Formats: sequence, C-alpha cells, structure tokens
Amino acid sequence: MAEAAGDGTYAVGDGPYDVAVIGAGVVGAAVARELAGHELSVALLDARDDVGAGTSKANTAILHTGFDATPGTLESRLVRRGYALLSAYAEATGIPVERTGALLVAWTDEELETLPRLHDKAVANGYDDCVPLTADEVYAQVPALGPGALGGLAVPGESVICSWTTTLALATEARARGAAVLLGRRVEAAEPGPAGTTLRTPAGDVTARWVVNAAGLAADTVDALFGHDRFTVTPRRGELLVYDKLARPLAPRIVLPVPSSRGKGVLISPTIYGNVMLGPTAEDLADRGDTATTAAGYDFLLARGERLMPRLLREEVTAAYAGLRAAIDRDDYLVEADARRRYVLAGGIRSTGLSASLALAEHVRDLLGAAGLALEPRTELPAPPRMPNLGEAAPRPYRDEELIAGDGAYGRVVCFCERVTEGEIRDALRSPLPPADVDGLRRRTRAMNGRCQGFYCAAEVEALLGADR
Amino acid sequence: MSTILTPDVVVVGAGPAGLTAAARLAPRLPPGRVLVLDREREPGGIPRHSDHTGYGLRDLHRLLTGPAYARALTERAVAAGAAIRTEATVTGWAGERALEVTTPQGLLRVEARAVVLATGARERPRSARLVPGDRPEGVLTTGRLQNLVHLHGRAPGRRAVIVGAESVSWSAVLTLRSVGCTTALMTTELDVPESYAAFTHPGRLVLDVPVATRTRVVRVVGRGRLTGVEIEHLDTRRRRIVDCDTLVFTGDWLPDNELARTAGLDLAPGSGSPLTDTALRTSTPGVFAAGNVLHPADTADVAALDGRHVAHQVLRTLAGQQPAPGPGVPLIADAPFRWIAPGLLRPGDPAPPRSRLLLWSAELVRIPRVTVCQDGRVLGHRTLPWPASPGRVFRVPWRLAAGADRRGGPVRIGL
Repeated sequence: MAEAAGDGTYAVGDGPYDVAVIGAGVVGAAVARELAGHELSVALLDARDDVGAGTSKANTAILHTGFDATPGTLESRLVRRGYALLSAYAEATGIPVERTGALLVAWTDEELETLPRLHDKAVANGYDDCVPLTADEVYAQVPALGPGALGGLAVPGESVICSWTTTLALATEARARGAAVLLGRRVEAAEPGPAGTTLRTPAGDVTARWVVNAAGLAADTVDALFGHDRFTVTPRRGELLVYDKLARPLAPRIVLPVPSSRGKGVLISPTIYGNVMLGPTAEDLADRGDTATTAAGYDFLLARGERLMPRLLREEVTAAYAGLRAAIDRDDYLVEADARRRYVLAGGIRSTGLSASLALAEHVRDLLGAAGLALEPRTELPAPPRMPNLGEAAPRPYRDEELIAGDGAYGRVVCFCERVTEGEIRDALRSPLPPADVDGLRRRTRAMNGRCQGFYCAAEVEALLGADR
Repeated sequence: MSTILTPDVVVVGAGPAGLTAAARLAPRLPPGRVLVLDREREPGGIPRHSDHTGYGLRDLHRLLTGPAYARALTERAVAAGAAIRTEATVTGWAGERALEVTTPQGLLRVEARAVVLATGARERPRSARLVPGDRPEGVLTTGRLQNLVHLHGRAPGRRAVIVGAESVSWSAVLTLRSVGCTTALMTTELDVPESYAAFTHPGRLVLDVPVATRTRVVRVVGRGRLTGVEIEHLDTRRRRIVDCDTLVFTGDWLPDNELARTAGLDLAPGSGSPLTDTALRTSTPGVFAAGNVLHPADTADVAALDGRHVAHQVLRTLAGQQPAPGPGVPLIADAPFRWIAPGLLRPGDPAPPRSRLLLWSAELVRIPRVTVCQDGRVLGHRTLPWPASPGRVFRVPWRLAAGADRRGGPVRIGL
C-alpha cells in the first residue's frame, strides 16, 4: 500500500500487490472479488473515476442463459455457468433480477426455418427449456407485437437484470474483502521488474506480482503493453432508445429477433427499472470514446420498432444512449495466461460478459493458479453487501412504511419520475464506493433517469451531490 | 399501515389551478374538508421559479412576479381553510377516488369524494425530441434551468443556445441573463419569429437576441461538457456548429398525465391529457382535471381560472346537483390543430372555463378563419384577430360552438 511520507503526502508508488486487475467493469470487479477471497493483496484499477463507467454501464442488461452461444466455445460454457452463479449472487446481494423470459420471434420464412436449429443449439448448450410457439401463441404472450409474426421460440430463463448494481456489488465486495479500488488510473505503461510489473498511471505507479487485463475496449492496447499482438478491439456502437414507463405493459417479455452474424440484432426488452428498451444498433467504429447517438441510428431503430411493436412508438422516449461493445476479430472470448510475464488476458468479452462475469472470475482464478499463483482461500470473509433495490419488481423505499417511520428521508421523494428518495441519495453518497458525479449517482439510485430528465429534480439532486462534497 | 385521510376533495398539485380550486372550495365545505397534495417542498408550482413579471393579470387583476404570484395563491388557499401538504408524492391509486401517497411522515391513503388532478405540464426534454449527439452536461429544459437559477442560485454556464422562440423561451433568456449567461442564439423551426415576440412581454425587452428561423437542432457536441450545437437550415440544409456551453430546450409541452393514465382515464387525442367535458369531469365519476394538464401549456392565470371553474363543478357534484353524465358529443380539432380542450360536450353542462375552447396549432396561420361544424352543418365561423401560432394556446370563443346539438354527431373545429 501507499506509504505516508512525513509531510502528509503519499509516496508515488502503490504496491506491491499480489495481483492488479486492470479495468473495473463487471469482469474486472468480479475477478478482483474472487481473488480477494484468497490470501492475496489485490488492486482493482480503472482509467475512469468510477467503477462500471465504461462498456459495462450501457449494456442491454439481460441475464442470458447462453442458449444461443456457439456450442463448445468458452463463451458458451462461461455464460451457462455464469447464469447460475449470478442468479444466486443476485439473490444474496439484492441485485434486481426480473424473470421475464424471452421470445424469439420469426418474421420471415427463413427465420421461421431457423428456429428449430436454434432450439437444437440451445439443447447443445445444455439449455433444455425452450418451447416452440405458433404465431397465435406468440401474440398471446406479447399482444402488442406488430402484424406478421410467423412463429417463435420461448426461452423462459432469459431475464432482465440491473447491470449497474451488478458491477457495483462486485466492486463493493472486492473492497470489503480488502482489495484496493484505485480509480483515475489509466495504465500507460507496464514495466517488468524484480518485484513484478510496475503499471505507470498518471496518478502514480502501481506494482503487482501478477496482472489481469480486463480493460474492455482497451484490452488490446493493454495487451500490447505486455508485448502481445494477438487481437484488435473494434468498438461496436449500440444505440438504444428507452421508452416511458407507461409503455411497460406492452412488453411483458424480452422480444428477440432471430440472431444473425452481426450480433443479436434489434430487440425489445422490458428494463429492470420498469421501462421498455428498443435496440441496439450495431455499428463498428474507430473511435473508442464515441458514445454519441446518431440520426441514422434513431431512424434505423424507429423503422425497426414500427414493424416490431408500432404501439411502442406512440409512447414518449425517456432516454437515448449509446454503448460500445468490445467486439474482437474472433468468435469467442479470449482468455489466456502468460506465465512468463505473470499476466492473464480477459479480452473480447462482449455483452454476454455481464452474465458470464462470475464464471469468468473463476476461470481467470484457475488460469492464475495453473500459471503459478498460490491460491489459498481465506477462511473468514465479510458477508456479501446488501445492495439498494433499483428494480421495479420488488418494493422500493418510497413504499416502505417501516423504513420511512425509522427515517423520514426515505419518504422524501426527490426524483419524482423515478421516485428516488433523499435517503437513497444520501446512502449512495456515503457508500463505500460513492459516485464521482451525477452520472455515478444516476447509476446508484436512478435519480434523474426518468421522463422529465431533470425538469423537476436536477437542481435538487445536484445540490445534494454538491452538499456532500 | 398507511394513515387514512378522508377529505371531501383532494387536489393533486399545488400550482395555480390546484390552489385556486382549493381556495374556492374550502369556504364552501365544512372545515378541513379540502386537502391539496404537492410533491415539491413549497406550494406554488411552476411560477415559484419564474422570477419575472407577467403573472396574475386575469385572475388576481394585478401584475406580479412568478414567486409573488405563487405566494399570493398559496396564502389565499390557506386563508380559505384548505390544508396543503407538501413533500407529498402521489404514487398511485387505491381505488377510483383513493390515492396512495408517500410523505416523510409516512404513507398516506387519501380517500376522497372528489379528486381534482391539477398536475400541470412539463417540457419535452432533449431525449424525447430524439436530438442525436453526445450526452454532455449543460443540456437542460427551461424548468430545470429556472429551478437551478431561482431556487438554488446557481448559474448553468456562460453562453447559451435556446431551442424555441415562444414565451417560455424568452423567459429562459431572462433567467440566463440574470446570472450573466448570454444567449448566443435562439432557434425555431418556424419562419416568423416576430409573431411570437409581438405577443410576449419579455420578448420585447430582449429583442437583441438573434433568432435563427426555419432551423432545427441536429446534433449536440461535447464529451463531458457541452461545447456546441449543430444546427441545420430547413430549406438550404446548410449546417453549422454554434459554440455554447448551455443548451436549453424550451416549450414543446407534455401534460403530466401519469396519474390520469394509471387510473385508466380516457385521454384526449393529440395531447394525451385527460379527456374532460366542459364541466372538467374526466371519464371516472368524481375525478376532475384542471389547469395545464388539460391544455399544455397556457398561461398560469388561465390555469388558475380553470381551478375556479372546476371548484364550482365539484361542489355541484358533492351536493348531488349534477346528474350522472350521459354520453357526450366529442369536440374534434381538425388540422392544423393538434388538440382541443375540453374535448366533450354533454347535455346540461356549462360553458367551458372562461367561455373559451383551447386549441394548439401545428402551423402559423396569421389570419385564422375558424369554422365549427356538426353533422354537415356550419354552427359558426369567425375570423379571429389573433394568429393561430405554434407555441401558444389558440383560444376560440365558446359561442361559435354553443349551438351544437348535444345529442348529435361530433363537433369539428378547423380553419
């Protein structure tokens, strides 16, 4: 750890740690949590000033069964295992999950003919619960679908989850287990030395005996710092439209298109926050920071939406955003250990990485162990954190009589559209990993995410954020 | 368990319409029988943070600033004996006239004999307008801007672009000016800005602000903090980027209709407001609506006078003097109108508030000749001396439609 100098400032170097994990997205946080459950000193680094603020924050937030992965791939195995692990972890920590189920809907004869193959693929992936549906059964499940559906395949296990809470819970638990969460640490160089690798960052060096690269969109750049040249990340922009909560009854299930080689295509999904999401687009970019939305993206989504669910488009859009998926030039996750450099890469983790995160953490742990890192499980670990519920499926503080009776701040609604109370905002600001800005607060509480986009509450929320500083 | 309250009337929203309704109702009912709920810390609604003059002319016959007007209406409601509960958020319905409410003192269930929805209107934010681009800090609505400046005393930036050129847009200019933020440009997709300014008192004071007409916003620029906005001329398609650190989306009003929708009330086509008759009854017996939730957004004093009107109708209902309403005749707004309020005419009902029908035009028509028809018959027509103009409510004298057969076919109003 950093050593305090006599004058109260800190020495430049951090470490040496046993393991440094680069990237505090959902994968890095899961890896850090897993490793911190062993007799190891762990640091979780991120270039940004918050956890889960990169690719992990703008995800379609579906807890995938892995039914449509390519059988035999690492992704197939880890998504399947991760689904079970994350389901249990969500239960233990209060990460909101809603068991909506999904429908694959065929709109053309070709898509209809593909459905049995997808059913077989699901079975090959160890998922046996798919049910073929006639067109009438499809409409019975989602009556608001546009005309022309020919048939479908139900995937009852697909669920919606809060991706923000997932990363935050994992990072919070990593920290509770003793991991250092070092934010604002963009890794610019990695230099081997006798004590391990020294990672150069603008906020000082971090030295670790072992390094895990879970840097998402920057995974190839970081990989190059370790002398590798094996893959390229192409940021794939996915634009999403989030519709008003009043639209939620239109979408009781996730409606998936029959997948193509360009990802899963445009879907309609209920969100864990009670909205309906339409998206994503898929557009390969050169700029790894370009999360702008585009007129072309909107036009594309609106045209698709008009066909999929015309009634949805009569509702107001609450939010539009774009996320970048870390697409790579191969059809599987790329997770490999380099024993000589004491380095593990977890690259090419696309949107399924949310579902696979806990299994990826186990896998990375095992690779580290096989490469020579001594892994001794700690006997006494703190209990997993209990996360605030941001989901609509379970009661939230504004309806909790007992909670309000104990503390009136939980009855003082600050964000009217999302019904976020002063108590929840205060709790987020005092949490072990507090938000660095309004966006961080949004991801921890939902404040300002609603239909008015701050018309009523922004000034109040910003004042609470400022008062805490 | 929730605390159960059983007033005769519960008013949702302590803005001009709700407060005026309460002030009218309270003296005419036994003490303590009128309850006003508002989710904000202070009553008064939008005028609380519109810190310029122009309020109160039609209802109080005085000219006041927004905050002074909000205080005056609050004092009147309190003096009349209405109970006002702030920080009281209505979260849902527990029955046709029963509300679930969250307050810092606990949960309430309010079971009333009559409910008045006076929930107001808000501006359509950038996201709902589908303006593409980055998502930086510095993009606001007027409501958010005025909250920030007038209630929290903070400045948004130094140089602003304002989207819209209607009265609320000029109000935003004044607010920005008060904290030293210049307005570099106003944009409107319409071709004649002066038709707005001519009708807008604040506009006259600030005519030095350039207005780009027939111009739309095509992209927000800036990662982290706003650096500019890209605009496009509708005819030439020429685009340019205007530097700014603040972008205010003004007007483009939406009714705050969530409670109306979750109650399953019939909605008015075009606006999404609860559909009411001229007595301001909604489709659920005992549930009324008043103010800008019905006509987003007219001036505050017009909303207040809705409150006066609805109070009288609520009292008639409570006294059993209003027979159960039969089916009515729909009032239909033809193009270029988007909506009309009220939207239903029933036998035995009164004239609408202020004896005017309120409509919203999608186009500028300088010399509007209004025609009202029913079953192929022209009921009335008149050339009105004010333009039909997007950005402000168009008011049509009731007498043009008063002769409609209240058991006949739909009444159509067009130009």
